[in-house]
Amino acid sequence: MTATIAEPVDVDVAPPLVRPGSRWIPLVRRPLFLIAAFYVVFVLASAFWPKLFTSYGPIDTDPGSVALAPSLDHLFGTDIYGRDLWTRVLYGSPLTIKATLIALGIAVVAGLALGIVSGFFGSITDSILMRFVDVLLAIPGLLLALSIVTALGYGTIPVAVAVGVGIVPGFARTTRAEVLRVKTLPYVEAARAGGASWTRVLLRHILPNSWGPVAVLAVLDAGVAIIAIASLSFLGFGAAPPAAEWGTLIADGRNYLVTSWWLSLLPGLFVALLVLSLNHISKTLQELTR
Amino acid sequence: MARYVLGRIGQAVLVLWAAYTLTFAILYLLPSDPMELQLAAAGVQPDSLSAEQVAAIKHQFGLDQPIWLQYWHHLAGLLRGDFGTSLTQQVPVSQLLADRIGPTLLLSVSAATVALVLGSALAYLATFTRLTFLTRLPALGASFPQFFVALFLIQFFSFQLGWFPATGGLVMPVITIAVLASSVLAQVLIRSFEETLSQPYVTTARAKGLSRSAVHLRHAFRNAALPAMTILGVIVGLTVTSSIVVETVFTREGIGKLAQEAVLSQDVPVVLAVVTVAAAVFVLVNLVVDLLYPLLDPRISHTRPAAASVASVEGVAL
Repeated sequence: MTATIAEPVDVDVAPPLVRPGSRWIPLVRRPLFLIAAFYVVFVLASAFWPKLFTSYGPIDTDPGSVALAPSLDHLFGTDIYGRDLWTRVLYGSPLTIKATLIALGIAVVAGLALGIVSGFFGSITDSILMRFVDVLLAIPGLLLALSIVTALGYGTIPVAVAVGVGIVPGFARTTRAEVLRVKTLPYVEAARAGGASWTRVLLRHILPNSWGPVAVLAVLDAGVAIIAIASLSFLGFGAAPPAAEWGTLIADGRNYLVTSWWLSLLPGLFVALLVLSLNHISKTLQELTR
Repeated sequence: MARYVLGRIGQAVLVLWAAYTLTFAILYLLPSDPMELQLAAAGVQPDSLSAEQVAAIKHQFGLDQPIWLQYWHHLAGLLRGDFGTSLTQQVPVSQLLADRIGPTLLLSVSAATVALVLGSALAYLATFTRLTFLTRLPALGASFPQFFVALFLIQFFSFQLGWFPATGGLVMPVITIAVLASSVLAQVLIRSFEETLSQPYVTTARAKGLSRSAVHLRHAFRNAALPAMTILGVIVGLTVTSSIVVETVFTREGIGKLAQEAVLSQDVPVVLAVVTVAAAVFVLVNLVVDLLYPLLDPRISHTRPAAASVASVEGVAL
């Protein structure tokens, strides 16, 4: 919005102007938020350039260092073939992150479309679409994902699609609620009265102003998606070996839990910290936008 | 009242039917050929069979019929309690379900009960003591993947301390599910609690000289717990879906492990049956909550129950 409406009548009473960019300052003052953001950035970076963070290869076996406990040489220890587990986790990142992005993409596109159409057009369209969302919600998420995986087969993409579809209903509902809220605000009425078409109002006014809570939900759902994707690959529906998604690594390590606890618990902790970070970021953003 | 109850029941049936149809469509209409899935499930290479044999097997499973007719047969069978025949085990699916529902029922009910107690206690303590650590605890509990919690419990309590058996016990699976479920519940309860405490009647009660604990217990908690009741369906749904991962980790022969095995062997009728049963449980719990809600909260009238449900069907009165 441009400031062309009116000059403040009484400058003395007006609240101090907010400098552009200053809304980000509270974020920097929160150490936990910084740690969380740093960790997420680190995991993303490791997915693109794993070589930066490890000197081993993901399938380099070393008969001399089999099932070693975590140490400075091997941060996460080594597996029963002498492969460095930290390296395997880092090289597993691209698969899980790709799956998460696909799942989120599906959820955002389909959820936004459903929510906007529903909230914007209202009446019968709204009723039909929301009943459809109700039906999707009636099938518990992981089970819906399981039936999609059964139909599509195994692998990173089917798992991503399955998880994405499961997130759609929540997204559609949040978007719809936001659109309904924004739709009644005076500036929408003003824009309409000013002669803007509904399409223009939708694209220029409603969509940008509905974005906040939807973005917060997207970050939160990234965490949900990561857990679901890791769970599905943990159950054995992920990419085929030797590719190793996080869930697959953890499931493999499970067989050696008695002797080498690090094989499943450390990759598990890696995933848990990522989800925790995403949840914390989402919560902080929510508090700030409130 | 009677009209509302009947309408609500009818709606639940409708949602359940739609959920069944959607799952059927996913399983039978998507690109994969159910015939090949079934042959693969039976461990037969499709190439090794002659065209007559393929036709015979298709006929045996009714796959030579048009899809709408198959759907009709499945739906008609479902109404008689017949879920078809498992492709890998050659037994009626209903029998498989009956054999394995016991452990899951026990697990789900125990986990939901523990989660209700733990979640409420945590929410109460967090709001009463105003400790930041306690208010943040639920967010922490909801962040840990269940397979991680389960494996951690096994490593710590079975292998390190030797308190519980790594497989077959009930305690650790219940704890695993309760960690997530109570965290979800506590998050909702804390929010609801904080809203309630800002109500004028709380201030009035305090002004009249009631102690903080009395206000919290007698006034706030009961009113705060009501809105949280609407996520009961979500909590029960969570315990059911959690059973898939948890039963797989703890090798518990329940419905969850059955679902995991069915997906691994692409046993389509079993997957369809498990999804249907889970959806039925979810829809039923939400129905009961919606019907009980006006009885517990007289402010909600029977004719306008719109506020009654978060998780289940929205806008009942529409």
